[in-house]
Amino acid sequence: MATPPKRKWSWRSGAGRALVYQALLVVVLLGLLAYLASNTVRNMQARGIQSGFGFLADAAGFDISESLISFESIDPYWKAFLVGLLNTLRVAAIGIVLTTVLGTLLGVGRFASNALVRGACYAYVELFRNVPVLLQLLMWYLLLVEYLPAPQEPIHLLGDWVFLSKGGLAFPVPQWSPHWAWSVPVPSGFLMEGGATVTPEFLAVLLGLSLYTAAFVAEVVRSGIASVSRGQADAAASLGLSPAQTMRLVTLPQALRVIVPPLTNQYLNLTKNSSLAVAIGYPDVVSIANTALNQTGRAVECIAIIMLVYLSTSLSTSALMNAYNRRVAIAER
Amino acid sequence: MKSLSALGLRVSLVIASFAFAPVAMAGKTLDAIKSRGQVVCGVNTGLAGFSGADSQGKWTGLDVDVCRAIAAAVLGDAEKVRWVPLVAQQRFTALQSGEVDILSRNTTFTLTRDASLGLHQTAVTFYDGQGFMVPASTKIKSAKQLKGATVCVQSGTTTEKNLTDFSRANKLDLKAVVYEKLEAVNAAYFAGRCQAYTTDASGLASIRSKEAKNPKDHVILPELISKEPLGPMVRRGDDEWFAITKWVIYGLLEAEEYGVTQANVDKLKAESTDPVVQRILGKSEDTGKLLGLDRDWMVRALKAVGNYSEIFERNVGEKTPLGLERGTNALWNDGGLMYAFPIR
Repeated sequence: MATPPKRKWSWRSGAGRALVYQALLVVVLLGLLAYLASNTVRNMQARGIQSGFGFLADAAGFDISESLISFESIDPYWKAFLVGLLNTLRVAAIGIVLTTVLGTLLGVGRFASNALVRGACYAYVELFRNVPVLLQLLMWYLLLVEYLPAPQEPIHLLGDWVFLSKGGLAFPVPQWSPHWAWSVPVPSGFLMEGGATVTPEFLAVLLGLSLYTAAFVAEVVRSGIASVSRGQADAAASLGLSPAQTMRLVTLPQALRVIVPPLTNQYLNLTKNSSLAVAIGYPDVVSIANTALNQTGRAVECIAIIMLVYLSTSLSTSALMNAYNRRVAIAER
Repeated sequence: MKSLSALGLRVSLVIASFAFAPVAMAGKTLDAIKSRGQVVCGVNTGLAGFSGADSQGKWTGLDVDVCRAIAAAVLGDAEKVRWVPLVAQQRFTALQSGEVDILSRNTTFTLTRDASLGLHQTAVTFYDGQGFMVPASTKIKSAKQLKGATVCVQSGTTTEKNLTDFSRANKLDLKAVVYEKLEAVNAAYFAGRCQAYTTDASGLASIRSKEAKNPKDHVILPELISKEPLGPMVRRGDDEWFAITKWVIYGLLEAEEYGVTQANVDKLKAESTDPVVQRILGKSEDTGKLLGLDRDWMVRALKAVGNYSEIFERNVGEKTPLGLERGTNALWNDGGLMYAFPIR
């Protein structure tokens, strides 16, 4: 078969005109943004409000109660923001894992043969979806803080290795010096000696966000499973696969195509909802930025940093999920 | 062609709307207040004794009374005020942007706030200090015994920095848990999440009286770890408004020093022969005119809220649930720090 003739590009064509309009629109939008930014800076200077990101190199002057890296109050502000970012990522990452596991179980449970399981999953979804997430976070936090025992007499879990109290969850961590061993927490006074502790604030944020988002993930999974035609399940049964095997080997892999894009949404929601942690005292990036904002008065700069953090986190998450989506997408002929 | 002109029209309308955006107000606050007929006062969302609304929606407190005095001096009516409750994070932005005329919200005067926010600090209305509150069951008698303790703090205040300074200076390794809302801090402390609570000593008294199931179960430790001079703030660039707010506060203090009270203002204006009293009340000299007001400016302010001691006793004094003594807030000739500049 002869190759079709190559079309010549013309600026007068519909495609050419569209390109010109889009370029014009981009220029106009950039111009508006530049105007807004310069107007803000000019107004701030006129009122004697100091601006600029130079304050990030100054000593922070405050301590952070929970941090993955070591942080002293003489460390600069940018390091404080880094600690906040790590705290946000920590709760987002663990929360995403927990919420996916729980949400998948709930979504699959809606198709169980046992009516009690089906009903329980339905009730869970309706309950946790409809209560505002801030109220759920506050509820978990107040429950944990009210009913856990004082740090002097913690609850012993797993023998004497893990302790749960108002001071948090203390668990052993491996230590490298002086020799390879487990550093086991031992209650003493207000603190635990040894081991690592996560605070009740972290537990409440993790629990609250995971349980809340799991309700949404359950619905996403349910819609994905429902999108796979019944013929697949029938064919699998006729081949002798059990219902569990059918779900795992036939239905879920095909459902992934429908599940992954809305699931990305839920992951982004969980990450952004972690900013509510500021209401219950978890030092995430919004909480750190609030403190920095108050101490330096640089409102515009601190809010800009928060926006930048969430924007980049969300874009990275969705880029990763889109790459995963392409991998699990069913290649159609 | 039709789509091009429609698009062009839409784009130019968007640009025009930005070009005609209202220019932010940077000029005469007093003129704006007079034309509006109201003083817009930024206050706390609810801090007993300083600014809070009761169940009927009536605002009371020391900071509230200062704003009322200013409204009475400027507009003639202490009720011509619009109250804007502000949380700690938004208080300075609200003042900078022009949303409020004055920020009377138990705000500490510091160098950063004076120098880098485009704001002025008027006059101190309350000398405070940061302290600690612990449950009596811990048997702690001094802040130096708080080694390794977890301390509940509200964010958006100078409290965190002071706590860190104190912890470093005394090697106490205190852990601060920082909450955004005051209600969350209170709930966490009274549930036992933290071993101590830190904020201004007046705030501790207020919270203990209002929130504790049994106020006797909590002890306010004697150490004050910082200086917290509290007072109203105004924007820079308006020296006239700055002078008015500052001198109304000094007038309230001068009135106490010379024995002018809410009850005897009219009587003293008519009968007093003390030249200082005559000057304060506008009988012999018109000091109000120099500020841009009229000669009865202090008469109206004092009739509305009384002098400083009456304001203090009514809101935070010994007969109130806070039960604070005058202490450092007494007059300079009475062992305290309140030293009003002379009205002359």
